[in-house]
Amino acid sequence: MNQRARLSLLVVQILIFSLLAGLLGRLFYLQVAAGPKYRDAALSIQSRDVVTPATRGLIVDSSGVPLALNRVGIAVTIDRTKIDRQPDKGAAVISSLSKLLNLRYSDIYQRTRLCGELPKGSRAGCWTGSRFQPIPITKEADPEIALRIVERSDQYPGVSATPVSIRNYPANAGVNGAHLLGYVGPLTDVDLSGANGRSYFRSESIGKAGLEIQYDEYLRGTPGIKTVIVDRKEAVTSTSQNSKPIGGNHLVTSIDARVQASAESALADAVRRARASGYRSDGGAAVVMDVKNGQILALASYPTYDPNSFERGLTVAEAESLYSEAAGVPALSRPLQGLFAPASTFKSVSVIAAANAGYDVNASYDCPSEVEVGNRAFQNFESKAQGRISMKKAIAISCDTIWYRIAFDEWLRDGGLKPKSSANDYFYTAAKGFQVGKKTGIDLPSESSGRLADRDWRKSWYEQNKDFYCNYKKRAPKSQQTAFLLQLAYENCLDGDKIRAGDAVNFSIGQGDTVITPLKLAQMYAAIGNGGTIWKPTVAKAIVKTDGTVVKKFSPEKLGSIPASKETLKFLNSALREVVVSGTGAGVFSGFPVAISGKTGTAQVFGKNANGSQKADTSWFASYGPTEKPRFAVVMMVSQGGFGASTSGIGVRKIYETLLGVQGSKVVSAKIIFPSGVPPVGLPKISPATKVKEAK
Amino acid sequence: MSLSSQRINYRRNSRQSAFAGFDPILTIAVALLLITGTLLVYAATRNWYAANGLDPEYYLKRHVINIAIGSLLAWGTTVVDYRLIRAYTPIFWIIGVLGLTAVLIPGIGDEVNGAQAWIGLPGGFQVQPAELAKISIIVGMSMILSERSHDTDAPQHADVLQALVVAAIPVLLILSQPDMGTVFIISIAVVTIIAVSGAPMRWVVGLILVAVIGSFVAVKVGVINDYQVKRLQAFVDPNADSQGSGYQLRQARITVGSGGLIGTGLFNGPQTNGRFVPEQQTDFIFTVAGEELGFLGCGFILILYLTVLMRAFGIARKSNDPYGKLVCTGVIAWFAFQTFENIGMTLGMMPMTGVPLPFVSYGGSSMFATMIGFGLLQNVNARNRG
Repeated sequence: MNQRARLSLLVVQILIFSLLAGLLGRLFYLQVAAGPKYRDAALSIQSRDVVTPATRGLIVDSSGVPLALNRVGIAVTIDRTKIDRQPDKGAAVISSLSKLLNLRYSDIYQRTRLCGELPKGSRAGCWTGSRFQPIPITKEADPEIALRIVERSDQYPGVSATPVSIRNYPANAGVNGAHLLGYVGPLTDVDLSGANGRSYFRSESIGKAGLEIQYDEYLRGTPGIKTVIVDRKEAVTSTSQNSKPIGGNHLVTSIDARVQASAESALADAVRRARASGYRSDGGAAVVMDVKNGQILALASYPTYDPNSFERGLTVAEAESLYSEAAGVPALSRPLQGLFAPASTFKSVSVIAAANAGYDVNASYDCPSEVEVGNRAFQNFESKAQGRISMKKAIAISCDTIWYRIAFDEWLRDGGLKPKSSANDYFYTAAKGFQVGKKTGIDLPSESSGRLADRDWRKSWYEQNKDFYCNYKKRAPKSQQTAFLLQLAYENCLDGDKIRAGDAVNFSIGQGDTVITPLKLAQMYAAIGNGGTIWKPTVAKAIVKTDGTVVKKFSPEKLGSIPASKETLKFLNSALREVVVSGTGAGVFSGFPVAISGKTGTAQVFGKNANGSQKADTSWFASYGPTEKPRFAVVMMVSQGGFGASTSGIGVRKIYETLLGVQGSKVVSAKIIFPSGVPPVGLPKISPATKVKEAK
Repeated sequence: MSLSSQRINYRRNSRQSAFAGFDPILTIAVALLLITGTLLVYAATRNWYAANGLDPEYYLKRHVINIAIGSLLAWGTTVVDYRLIRAYTPIFWIIGVLGLTAVLIPGIGDEVNGAQAWIGLPGGFQVQPAELAKISIIVGMSMILSERSHDTDAPQHADVLQALVVAAIPVLLILSQPDMGTVFIISIAVVTIIAVSGAPMRWVVGLILVAVIGSFVAVKVGVINDYQVKRLQAFVDPNADSQGSGYQLRQARITVGSGGLIGTGLFNGPQTNGRFVPEQQTDFIFTVAGEELGFLGCGFILILYLTVLMRAFGIARKSNDPYGKLVCTGVIAWFAFQTFENIGMTLGMMPMTGVPLPFVSYGGSSMFATMIGFGLLQNVNARNRG
């Protein structure tokens, strides 16, 4: 054997030795250095968390009647990961399923698309969850249809039918409560990212609106988790961990199902009545509040939707109509999101402002048909002159000109267009005292704060709009360059940062830029009725465990008191009673056996509807009662509903009829909702079977 | 060498003991590899087969039978006089070439994993002629390169050319299956044999260049089909094709990595029991060791291979017969590079090619071939003493 061959053998030996050493090194890296990383990766491949969602807690009214409960439904679901793998991307499956479920192809198609997959503007009804979880088409499928799907699984690949727990709003006493209760739905990626500091599992549901979202953390409970080890076919090979689901806590509210149902039907009636009189009536709200503690007894919004439609599965048309202008945007919760000028209901604030400014509330004042303010004449409502009348009478018949004069005088006294640095601003101070422009703080999501158009607001408004009005010819579209609007723009540019005489007088009768929600008005009238305390409105009374123990009680919260002396308040109470006795509310409440106090409001609205028609007036009625011992504040608002009394006033009367057991002109004691005169203080027993107490 | 020692050796040979000339350390190392392999094959298949209502010992039983047959072949290869092997070499070679040709004929050859590499036999058995072709190439080349027709110590150009033809015919047939893994291993064995034969160094350098350029051109021109390109791409980026080759490689790496230092314990690997790695009893058997035996177990297996190879080097070095030395060298190159290719693929160091792990993977043809290779080592070892 030659030397070269021996050397070659040695080289081969060294080469092989280093290859094996290389393997050992690589092995060390994979198993020891990067081992933990790969162990995690392996774990995520092998283990599956099987989440058993907890039973959601009930939402009940103050006497224990369920407003939201759980039912067993049959969910028909589509697995996107499976239908996407079909050659036609699942078109055939969706088509045959749509025939079976009697739905439109587009409904199922839309519902199985992730929102991001659809173009903006046509995402109504899209799936907010993940592609990797079964997407429910309906959760209330017919058992026979479900059976057909299960039996012929080869015809419906990727489709399955399983019993699921569904959220149900049982409409006890006929309650709709959609805006109040909300609904539940799939988790979004934002929810799952832990943005709100909580962790969820993909297959859980979450409150999406109303009380369901507000108290979700109590209602949802803790899901049971079973970690299973699966093989490549996803067959379970072993179970490694187990925790049982813990049912969610119940929510006891201050709502009374009967009052809520009555408020809803009275509101719907009011809208119908206004429409019959030729008004557009595109929406409305009704609020019933306990004046002694701010607890909400009813909160109605019109138009509404079926809160069960989400679990049943929204069709594209249903989903689109929720936010459609033509349908009146049913998704909008008008009691706390609708912003409207309060009109004459705001005169209660003006009474306090005037009294604080030193005007004698017991004196008489002129109520001419119009008042010259600056170079413009401000008319009385319907331009009637009433002569010299008491302030009480002025409130009762809703005279505007008396307020124009007082507001104008005060404006001049505060310096007019050159305001004093120490301006008294009695009107703004009074409104601030009522916390106008601030949220009421109700325990429901997405409340609007409203707007108090005072000097500060004016300034900030001007800062934002100066450029537009000072360059109006350049900025505004040609169609909006009428002589009137050009003049308005010129004025706005000139002194838009200042309260002008017109702004001041408009403010005194609740017109102009000041807007409030119906809930805010209820809070204000509750304060007038209860002696001056502004309560934070609340819906929740307590959180109660499934075994009955109380987890949390929500106590009433005082937010402040209105800036009125005892005498002023006494006068205001008597004036508001006079409205119903001899004033604008007298006709509506004629023959009503229980004394009620209140105020009508008919707010002019500027602007036009989509069809070009002038917007109709906002109809308001704000009240509290019984007058001698006020307990309830009731407010109704119908936008584009016409007169305050004839539309909302009658609605409010109907709600009082239910509350106080009035039939015709008599009180039927068996029909009184709260026989003791006060809503229940203690907590009810909670059972899904609790029935509404029917009046005998 | 003294006369008396020659006599003793002669006596031992004449006694015809069944185990005469067996290198005990080599034998123990191989036996340990066989036992480890048996356990790993069982671990890889028992759970999955049981879960799917099949006999959990199906693979175990067949593997043990393969080992038994393989041991008989090894023993036979050891005891027969290797001059006899040498005499029959042309016949083996021709049978090998015929088998490789038959495989390519549709109806005779079966396609598994994209390669037309198998001949189905009655009873569900399959043979892979390429495995046995490795032996005929090694033995054939060694024969040609060890014959000294000239008065020189080293093979001449003509001998090298002749040896290359002997190798090239089966290699081309295997290339058309195509089974790139086997071609790779045979090529390395061919170069190693030529290098160690003492042939001019130009041949070695030239062959390596041809191999590099050849594989480059093959990929470019598209001689290598889609399926192989995919495997290569998966090697470069295992996440690219998460369901196909990339999936396999990624799962393999995760499975090995998750074993950590000491592993999950035999039969306790959730990745293995869940059958997340395809082909786990054959080409990816090392993942079972990785997960269940951990770094220590895998290290032990590598030491066993090192032992086998170092003993084989010892035998080659001691052999003063050029033929035996070259056979040993060929077997060493084959074992070493097949082991490296297989484990390297599992660990993501080498592209994915379907080669089994010697002595460990499930599979009859491969088992028989490696056991014959082992027998050849023992045979040469026995003659060293003779």
